[in-house]
Amino acid sequence: MFDLNTLWFILIAVLWIGFFFLEGFDFGVGMLLPFIGKKDEERRAVINTIGPHWDGNEVWLIAAGGATFAAFPQWYATLFSGFYLAFFLLLLGLIVRGVAFEFRSKDYNPKWRAFWDWAIFGGSLVPALLLGVAFANLAKGLPIDGNMMFTGNLFTLLNPYGLLGGLTSLSVFLLHGAIFLALKADGEIKSRAGAWAKKLWLPALILAVLLATATFFYTDLLPYRGATFVVFLVLALTGLLLAGWFVSRQRSGRAFVMTALTIVLTMAAFFVATFPRVMISTTDPAFSLDIWNAASSPYTLRVMSIVAAIFVPIVLIYQGYTYWVFRKRVTTDPKTLIY
Amino acid sequence: MNPVVLSRLQFAATTIYHFFFVPLTLGLVWVVAVMHTLYYRTGEEKWKRMTKFWGKLFLINFAMGVVTGIVQEFQFGMNWSEYSRYVGDIFGAPLAIEALLAFFMESTFLGIWIFGWERAPKKLHLASIWLVVLGSNLSALWILIANSFMQHPIGYDPASAATSRLVLNDFGALIFNRKAWLAFPHTILASLTTAAFFMLGISAWHLARKQNVEIFKKSFEIAAVLGLVSVLLTGVIGHEQGVEVMQTQPMKMAAIEALWYNDPAVPGSDFSVLTLFDSTGKGELWSLRIPRLLSLISCFNLDCEVPGVQQVQAQYEQMYGPGDYIPAMVFVYWGFRVMFYSALLMIAISGLAVLAMLRKRTEQMKLMRWFPLAILLPYLANTGGWITTEMGRQPWIVQGLLRTQDGMSPNLTSGMILFTLIGFVAIYAALMAADVYLLTRFAKAGPDATDKGVIGEPALAEK
Repeated sequence: MFDLNTLWFILIAVLWIGFFFLEGFDFGVGMLLPFIGKKDEERRAVINTIGPHWDGNEVWLIAAGGATFAAFPQWYATLFSGFYLAFFLLLLGLIVRGVAFEFRSKDYNPKWRAFWDWAIFGGSLVPALLLGVAFANLAKGLPIDGNMMFTGNLFTLLNPYGLLGGLTSLSVFLLHGAIFLALKADGEIKSRAGAWAKKLWLPALILAVLLATATFFYTDLLPYRGATFVVFLVLALTGLLLAGWFVSRQRSGRAFVMTALTIVLTMAAFFVATFPRVMISTTDPAFSLDIWNAASSPYTLRVMSIVAAIFVPIVLIYQGYTYWVFRKRVTTDPKTLIY
Repeated sequence: MNPVVLSRLQFAATTIYHFFFVPLTLGLVWVVAVMHTLYYRTGEEKWKRMTKFWGKLFLINFAMGVVTGIVQEFQFGMNWSEYSRYVGDIFGAPLAIEALLAFFMESTFLGIWIFGWERAPKKLHLASIWLVVLGSNLSALWILIANSFMQHPIGYDPASAATSRLVLNDFGALIFNRKAWLAFPHTILASLTTAAFFMLGISAWHLARKQNVEIFKKSFEIAAVLGLVSVLLTGVIGHEQGVEVMQTQPMKMAAIEALWYNDPAVPGSDFSVLTLFDSTGKGELWSLRIPRLLSLISCFNLDCEVPGVQQVQAQYEQMYGPGDYIPAMVFVYWGFRVMFYSALLMIAISGLAVLAMLRKRTEQMKLMRWFPLAILLPYLANTGGWITTEMGRQPWIVQGLLRTQDGMSPNLTSGMILFTLIGFVAIYAALMAADVYLLTRFAKAGPDATDKGVIGEPALAEK
């Protein structure tokens, strides 16, 4: 049965997938900044590879939050209140990072710049880790009572499976970011980024395989969704394998497509396998939130569908267009370096 | 401490902080866009330097507005989950539309504008700042539509009011809420006022030192005229809002005027110039009132009766059952006074500036060196205005439908909220220090610094 509830589930899935794909390399670049940028103008060039885009990329998260609120208010309420402290830390990361991008080059003082560079590092690392922890826990299920209330605390989320999810997202984003830098920068930055990608690939692969394996033990997704879920996971892991192949041959363009596929397919696997549930209750399966008991009224969903049908394509077109405008490689040539 | 009180404190702190940055963004973007357009049309270097100077200050401020805005969207779910469940069917829609319509537009095109001076086609580059104007102003509209629902809920199915969640039945009514269409121009005009006083103060600082006169004399004149016109228009709309509040939120109106009881035997209602509250906050020590002025400004006659706090309380007890429906009046009263008196001062100051400009005496003006202090006034007014609006609605989170205490997330403990409250306040204070440091240094360094985009001594090759 295809209804507006399903449509909104798909739309929210797309927003999250888009966010992980786009902000994934932003986080990776942010974490690599202090290591790949050795000199000041190199650091500026590293930031400029994502400079025009990171803010727009982050809006995917805000749009996902807003769409969840509008279409599935119960999901929004349970998720955001349940992950209270985790989301607080996520917010702190995003706040510090966003301000740091804008502030770091505004003063020549090397201490000022070093401070904000590390703020970008930390502000990218914390969200990259926490988002993985959050989604792994969503896959695993959470203690949710009959009133759709989360009954755990921060430590409920910090279980081995959740932490493995966090480490995996962290390492995959690092790899994704290194490959993106190899693709967008040139000279020293490009070759250093390539070298980092080579080093990062194997840990990312190992963690991803571990996570995929653990998923069979910690979640009900395999019995719940069966073969379709396995196909998505295998394809995602294949993407990661091929990324390593292209990285070793310095084909950054193709490697980037592969890590992008890995991220997109992993997230797609998550949404395919959990559907139609949105918050799985480990207290009692009957307490789980799904796309019907968490949803807004049919009238609101209709109104929002019309709005989305008009504006989502427009957003995709103009955001895609910005990547076209700034398609050239970023160099450390002071003439083209923008502060 | 009570978790509801802590949650309210956190929401107030993060929102007030967020709204330090938003009005300057909303207002200054218009100014920058117009300057950029003039540069595009005339090709004069002067306009480019002005665009870059005010644009740089705009950008430093913009970043703070964006990152603190994410917190706002998350907090409804984090701290107010029961509120989110109750109104999600209605309240979520404008928030989602805001992200989809406005946030994508402003952030994407701002990226093009910042990085596009050399790399984007000139027309697209100019268009991108205008799209930032459109995006940021649209965002203000949608969030005010959402807020107006909390002040004056309409567009919902009345049968759903007593259930666990409201149901939207008229999207048109929701977006054409009269409150929103008064709050929107009021906010935009207040934002233009903020931008104008920001410009006025910084320009005056330079003019008082006779530096960069070409750029800052022009900026001063633009700011003076813009400031006077927008602060006056903000007041005109504000007056309309007052009349509207009297009809839909009489308790807020009574609290604004510290009007305890309006004796029906005495015709007319008095305007409070200054009221000192007693320690209970529900009575006064001393008051200076102008007889009948409140009737005059609320109803355009000298006789109309604005109901007092005790009268509305009695009326609400009949409508909603026993309970205390009186907000923390000290805040509502003083929030309004601070806004209102700051506005009067701003009218005087921008009036003086315009007068000096018309008499071509700006350069001899003795007051010039005091003008930078006036930058504080719109910030005081903006903050006071929101405190009045939001605290005047209490004890309701949605007027007449849901009480604030019933909107809280039940799973949060006081310790958790205290932890995040301290965390937000600490990090916000540190960022504010960095922000003010940068703004002040750039503002004082003038267009030479913003042409380069960096301040301080170069430790590396010049751009």
